[in-house]
Amino acid sequence: MQYKSQAVAKPYFVAALALFVAQILFGLVMGLQYVVGDFLFPAIPFNVARMVHTNALIVWLLMGFMGAAYYLVPEESETELHSPKLAIALFWIFLVAAGLTVVGYLTVPYATLAKMTGNDLLPTMGREFLEQPLLTKVGIVVVALAFLFNISMTILKGRKTAINTVLLIGLWGLAIMFLFSFYNPDNVVKDKFYWWWVVHLWVEGVWELILGSILAFVLIKITGVDREVIEKWLYVIITLTLVTGIIGTGHHYYWIGTPEYWQIWGSIFSALEPIPFFAMTLFAFNMVNRRRREHPNKAATLWALGTGVMSFLGAGVWGFLHTLAPVNFYTHGTQITAAHGHMAFYGAYVMVVLTIISYAMPLMRGRAANSNKAQVVEMWGFWLMTVSIVFITLFLTGAGILQVWLQRISDNPMPFMVAQEQANLFYWMREWTGVAFLVGLVVYLASFFIKGEEKATA
Amino acid sequence: MSGSFTTTTARNIFYGGTLFFLLVFLALTFQNEEIIPKRDRREMLAANPQIAEGKKLWETNNCIGCHTLLGEGAYFAPELGNVVVRLGSKEAVKAFIQGRPAEGIPGRRSMPQFNFSDKDLDAIADFLEYVSKIDASKWPPNIQG
Repeated sequence: MQYKSQAVAKPYFVAALALFVAQILFGLVMGLQYVVGDFLFPAIPFNVARMVHTNALIVWLLMGFMGAAYYLVPEESETELHSPKLAIALFWIFLVAAGLTVVGYLTVPYATLAKMTGNDLLPTMGREFLEQPLLTKVGIVVVALAFLFNISMTILKGRKTAINTVLLIGLWGLAIMFLFSFYNPDNVVKDKFYWWWVVHLWVEGVWELILGSILAFVLIKITGVDREVIEKWLYVIITLTLVTGIIGTGHHYYWIGTPEYWQIWGSIFSALEPIPFFAMTLFAFNMVNRRRREHPNKAATLWALGTGVMSFLGAGVWGFLHTLAPVNFYTHGTQITAAHGHMAFYGAYVMVVLTIISYAMPLMRGRAANSNKAQVVEMWGFWLMTVSIVFITLFLTGAGILQVWLQRISDNPMPFMVAQEQANLFYWMREWTGVAFLVGLVVYLASFFIKGEEKATA
Repeated sequence: MSGSFTTTTARNIFYGGTLFFLLVFLALTFQNEEIIPKRDRREMLAANPQIAEGKKLWETNNCIGCHTLLGEGAYFAPELGNVVVRLGSKEAVKAFIQGRPAEGIPGRRSMPQFNFSDKDLDAIADFLEYVSKIDASKWPPNIQG
């Protein structure tokens, strides 16, 4: 660790991993509710478990992005962070707000929560992924702006590199697009149209800039390849991302009352969205093959390569599967979407956060890399979680194909619930694979507590 | 990647390319706003203020946490964009919501009992009827959603 203030990243990473555990536990509750419908009913109905599952994911990824920014920006800018104290204060505000929100979800009915938190002043709740009470949303904006102030001031007074510039654009984009979560017109078509400006332009837009810059930073550090080469790759990748991804938003505008020209624009541009992810895979492998040093942190290298491969498979290939309008007509709003969502989020965003954690945590704990023993356990965690998510995705895809066939294509289309029961076998297999994922997560977390002889090379 | 293709060139292509496609997207959005009044049934919203009330109830009870609406939401429970058509009438929809047992149905996925007032039920049914009239390019493929 070159700058003292980089250490503020540590609580962010620790909290991110704690929320990751919560996310997975509630995922298992939902998975079981798919086959044992009355499990925990009416104490924790499915919709409540789902809010905790998805919101915990969003918050821990944001925690991870902020931790990554606090860690890499001082090093890239070659200066201490503008205000480490502000960073720590924001950490506690964000964590307490997230904690209270989850307690709210779990302890009072959602309608009561809405009343208690002033949803009548400005109704924003009850839309997928944006379920947070108004207070929490305002809190997110305040924390994001103060965070951006801190990061921007640091970069302004220090060295400007492609990596910290791209990261900053991504983070500002994230904050700005979130403002659309406050726009909730009565007109359902307009509501849905601009809702995607948060959701799509985050995950298929600005978040990819954040992903690219974190990956580029770690690759420079572990491979020792020239910055010039890596930064050129970074620019090429994010150009491809935004050139395809912005108009690619159109693939959400096929069946929600929006004009039919979106079927053409959306199909063409979103069909190209796998290209930047493929470039990312090539990037990661090329840099590691051309490495000029043998970094002792093999686990971080594995996570970086894994991000390249899994983001291409999850976001790229599984996204392409159902992105063309004539296909999407049959697959829209089925388990196919769920399959894609699981592997894309894991492959792109979970893995890149775990990459920077894998690289930075040992350094913040005073060593270049963890002991060989600890790294072996961490890699077991990597493989268990990654193989599990592949099978979760395959089982959900199986369930989705069956659902589409029975409910939408066959001669006598079945009602939704009847078709769901036919897919029970897939849901059971998904649930057991989810348990395997949890085992992988526990193994991964255990690797943080394994000692063994440490590498002295700093 | 060497020779004349420098990092600066790559950076300039990034800024130029992003700006260009962002402008195209904004132009498409502008066009979108021009066309949707013919498809989004805003005249129903203007004529019946209960629809907006129903949308609020839809949101504050987190219906999207289990159901889809025009294919968006959770995949745990049936599509509701066409539920008024599927069940045959607004009355049938209201009766269904009202009839959910508080303790659920043993072993099965169950919808909570929300204890809505008659006025709330009317608003929700009006909202769902409005959504069913939106021109969604013939989606869903059939009545099962």
